[in-house]
Amino acid sequence: MTESVSITVDDKTIVVAKGANLLSASLANGIYIPHLCYMEHLQPAAASCRLCFVEVDGRSGPVPACTVTVEEPLTVRTDAPAVRRLQKAGLQLLLSVHRVECKNCPANRRCELQRIAKFLKVGLKPGKLAQRFKQPEIDASHPCLNYYPNRCVLCGKCVHVCRAQHRDVVLTFARRGFDTVVGCYGLSGSSAPSCRDCRACIDVCPVSALLPK
Amino acid sequence: MASFDPAEAPDLTDEELKTLDDLKSQLEQMGRERGRLIPMLQFVQDSLAYLPPPAIRLVADHLEISASEVYGVATFYNQFRFNPPGRHPIKVCLGTACHVKGGEIILENFERKLQIKDGQTTADREFSIDRVACVGCCALAPVAIVGETLYGKMQPSKVEGIVLRVKIEKEQQERETRQHEPNLPTPLPPTSE
Repeated sequence: MTESVSITVDDKTIVVAKGANLLSASLANGIYIPHLCYMEHLQPAAASCRLCFVEVDGRSGPVPACTVTVEEPLTVRTDAPAVRRLQKAGLQLLLSVHRVECKNCPANRRCELQRIAKFLKVGLKPGKLAQRFKQPEIDASHPCLNYYPNRCVLCGKCVHVCRAQHRDVVLTFARRGFDTVVGCYGLSGSSAPSCRDCRACIDVCPVSALLPK
Repeated sequence: MASFDPAEAPDLTDEELKTLDDLKSQLEQMGRERGRLIPMLQFVQDSLAYLPPPAIRLVADHLEISASEVYGVATFYNQFRFNPPGRHPIKVCLGTACHVKGGEIILENFERKLQIKDGQTTADREFSIDRVACVGCCALAPVAIVGETLYGKMQPSKVEGIVLRVKIEKEQQERETRQHEPNLPTPLPPTSE
C-alpha cells in the first residue's frame, strides 16, 4: 500500500497518497483551482496555461500546482492575493487573443474560460490589453476537423492526446509567438483514416476550438 | 511572420525536382535519429533555398515521423522559409530606426504593389518580400534592399518606381541578349497585371 501524506489546503486537511500531484489531489477533494492545460497522465506537466498557481509554505512565490508533487506535509493557499493577481492577469492575456462570442460558440456553458472567469469573479474581457486575432478565422485544412484559432487557448491538450494515440502525429503546434496555432500538415483526404474514428482532440478541447466537419 | 500555406507554394522547377531527387540519397548519409531533424532541414534548405512541401515530406519519410511534426518544427524557426526567394528579393528593414520612421508602411506598400505578403514570392518568382531587422545604415531609415541595391530614405511613393525599374531593366536585358543571339526563340510577352 502506498504511503499517505496529510496536507492542508485552505485550512482544510486532506489525506493524499505520497507522490500525488497537488492539483489533481486538490480537485479530487473538491477544492477547485483554475486550470486549462493539466492532464493526469502527462509527465512532467506542461504547466503552460499559468492559471493553477497556489502559495506553498516555504516557497518564495506562487507556484503552479500542477508541478508540485506531494512528498511531505504541505500547507497550501489557493486564494492568496498574489495568486489571484497572477490568475486574473493570465486570464486576461488568454482573452486578449480569444474571440468572446459565447452566444454563437458551441462551448457556451461548458467552456473552461467561462468557468474560470466566473470563479475569479471577473468578466470575459481582456482589461487594458489590446486584442489580437489570427487570420483566417477557421482553418479547414484537415479533412475531418475545423480549427478555430481565435477560440484556441493553446493549452496543448489536443496535441498531447494526438501524440499519445497515434504513431503518425496529426496535430502539432506550428509557428510561434502570437502566430502560434495548432496545425495539421501534409494530410490529404484519404491519408487521415485514423482521424475519422478518433475524436480524442475534439473531446479534450476545453473551448471547442476543434470541431468535427 | 512568414505566412505559409502549402496550397500557395509555387510549383517546383525542373531543376528543383532534380535537386530533390539528389537529396534523397544524400539524406541517407545523415542518419535517422530524430535529433537530426534540424540539421537535415538546414541541409535541404541549403540545397533548395527554401522548404517546399515535397521536401518536408521527404524529411518526414526519412525520419519516419509525420510531416505535421516536421512542419511544426520548421515553422518555429525564422531561418526556414517556405517560399522560393525571388530573383529580386526585397528586404524591408524593420529595425528600430526604420520602425520609428515608418518601415511598416513601406512594407505594406510593397505587399500591395506585388499582391503578396511578407515571406511570399510572386507567381513568376521575380520578387519575394522579407522583413529584416537592421541592415546597418540606420541614418538612411527607412531602408529597403531590392536585389543588390539599397534604397534609403524610402517613401511609399518610391515603391511603384522601384518595381517598375526592375521590370524595365529585365526587359532591356532580354532585348540585348536577343540582339546578340537572334536565333533564340522570342519569349512570350509578359502577362499584363
